Amino acid sequence: MSDGRPSEPPVVAEVMADGKFGAPSPMPASAPPHPLAEFWAYFSVNRGPVIGLTVIVILVVVAVLAPWLAPHPPNEQYREAFLAPPFWATGGSLTFPLGTDDVGRDILSRILFGARVSLSIGFLVVALALTSGIALGLVAGFFRGPIEIAIMRLMDVMLALPSLLLAIVIVAILGPSLINAAMAVVIVQLPHFVRLARAAVITEMSRDYVTASRVSGAGPLRLMLITILPNCMAPLIVQATLGFSTAVLDLAALGFLGMGAQPPTPEWGTMLANALQFIQRAWWVVTFPGLAILVTVLAFNLLGDGLRDALDPKLKR
Amino acid sequence: MIRFVLTRFGLLIPTFIGVTLLTFALIRLVPGDPIELLVGERAISPERHAMYRAQLGLDKPLPVQYGIYISDVLSGNLGRSIVTKTPVLEEFAALFPATIELSVCAIVFAIVIGLPLGVLAAVKRGSVLDYATMGVSLTGYSMPIFWWALLLILLFSVQLGWTPVSGRISVMYYIEPVTGFMLIDTLLSDEPEAFWSALRHLVLPAIALGTIPLAVIARMTRSSMLEVLGEDYIRTARAEGLAPLRVVGLHALRNALIPVITVIGLAVGVLFAGAILTETIFSWPGVGKWLVESVRRRDYPVLQGGVLLVASVVMGVNLIVDLLYGLINPRIRHRR
Repeated sequence: MSDGRPSEPPVVAEVMADGKFGAPSPMPASAPPHPLAEFWAYFSVNRGPVIGLTVIVILVVVAVLAPWLAPHPPNEQYREAFLAPPFWATGGSLTFPLGTDDVGRDILSRILFGARVSLSIGFLVVALALTSGIALGLVAGFFRGPIEIAIMRLMDVMLALPSLLLAIVIVAILGPSLINAAMAVVIVQLPHFVRLARAAVITEMSRDYVTASRVSGAGPLRLMLITILPNCMAPLIVQATLGFSTAVLDLAALGFLGMGAQPPTPEWGTMLANALQFIQRAWWVVTFPGLAILVTVLAFNLLGDGLRDALDPKLKR
Repeated sequence: MIRFVLTRFGLLIPTFIGVTLLTFALIRLVPGDPIELLVGERAISPERHAMYRAQLGLDKPLPVQYGIYISDVLSGNLGRSIVTKTPVLEEFAALFPATIELSVCAIVFAIVIGLPLGVLAAVKRGSVLDYATMGVSLTGYSMPIFWWALLLILLFSVQLGWTPVSGRISVMYYIEPVTGFMLIDTLLSDEPEAFWSALRHLVLPAIALGTIPLAVIARMTRSSMLEVLGEDYIRTARAEGLAPLRVVGLHALRNALIPVITVIGLAVGVLFAGAILTETIFSWPGVGKWLVESVRRRDYPVLQGGVLLVASVVMGVNLIVDLLYGLINPRIRHRR
């Protein structure tokens, strides 16, 4: 979690150690390591990204196993326990470990089920924004000319509006719902992917291997998808990871404003929507859903930073 | 320089046209009949309906409607709110100072805390302070600010009782709006306590809104400072025996600030997105809350006009940042 510069690339360190102690090496010291192994070596130098990845794995497991992990069904209302405090506070019990909300629903169960909502919708958003962003960026960067101008001007218009405002406008048109909010966030994220993809494609287009491929008779589709695209993926993967964290944040914000997931969906932002009115009496209603958002966003940001450092050839020695 | 200004300005025109197309489309894409929205749900005769349509120009072809819309916009007519019947531009002008005041205080908070933190972290690289700064910055950057605002209210308003929960000033005071900025207006008034009331209302929203810019500024300052501190001229300055504070504060910081200033300038859009949430939570009577309410009330002329105005302001500020950047960095100005 320092500035991301690997102080000593471990690949080199291992090779040196091998030579020094004469230990039998599995492969000759001169053979390049497998790309994945090399990537992991750079990635795991810093603690932050590894922590982020671990948290994400735990979150995914929680989301998948939510029905078995959660002590109660997420929307079940226990009429005898409105605003019950968490177990360590006075009056709390282990029946509702993190307390209940204003209609007697178990907060822990709702947060566990909320991981399903946030992760699956976040994944959907990033997948859609990434694929359509790549498609538009490839077309713009590959063909240039009027089609590029048209695409990039459109992206400029979308970037002129503050992200949340654009999302609100789209939700106003489509109507408030979780899926519509997800569509809004896809559109908000799209320009970033298009810009990155276009810039990467333009850089790659001038490389010799592309010319060679073209001279050998590769058609435009093959050039775009098989020759150029794989070499443009590094920045897009980083952006996709960071986009996941903004997607979770924006979806929660829309849910908080009542423009995303509608009650009683156990969505973290929606859970906070009317928390303000209980802030005097029940701090646990306010605290835990937001903590879940923060941890998730933090994990994806840590992972994204680590990926950027590991995939950036300039930082490699 | 004039060429540079003109090109940058020219680049904005297609974007502005694009935004007007978007807001023009907005009011035609929202669900429901515009006449019904205007007169309410009560049934009206088909003749009256047709009359209203003609009155609003909705019976003309779309390109003509767009032409009328553009000429209205350029002459400052952005329509009237369905709910209050006030012109949209008038409502915006009344609320905008509150948003500016909040945003300026938030950015000042972010700079005053973030800049020194970033500099210290860079100078003491690898120390506990460095790690703490980076940790705080990463957390701040990942913070859902609507939750952060709730936590601040929970701690400072509910537990400690230091600050009020909502609004711009206590209802005890009536302040004549002179500039629209509450802090200045209260100072101009003859009630010194009113200023403290306004300030106490402002603190929490400003902290909530300033947190993400603070994180970005601290991070940017640190990395930019680290880069500059590695330059030869800094080593020379040190070798000449200049005081460390002078080297860091004068020689290094001045060059490290250039990317930081850009980041601050470009934070305007982020700041406004945050203002929507912050104003909603603290009932701050600004543009962000106004727009959220317009969606809830289905007051689409307000949304349409407000979006166009906000986009114009953001584009204008970005243009100014761009020009200032060209002013301090000639390499940008003369690049073709």
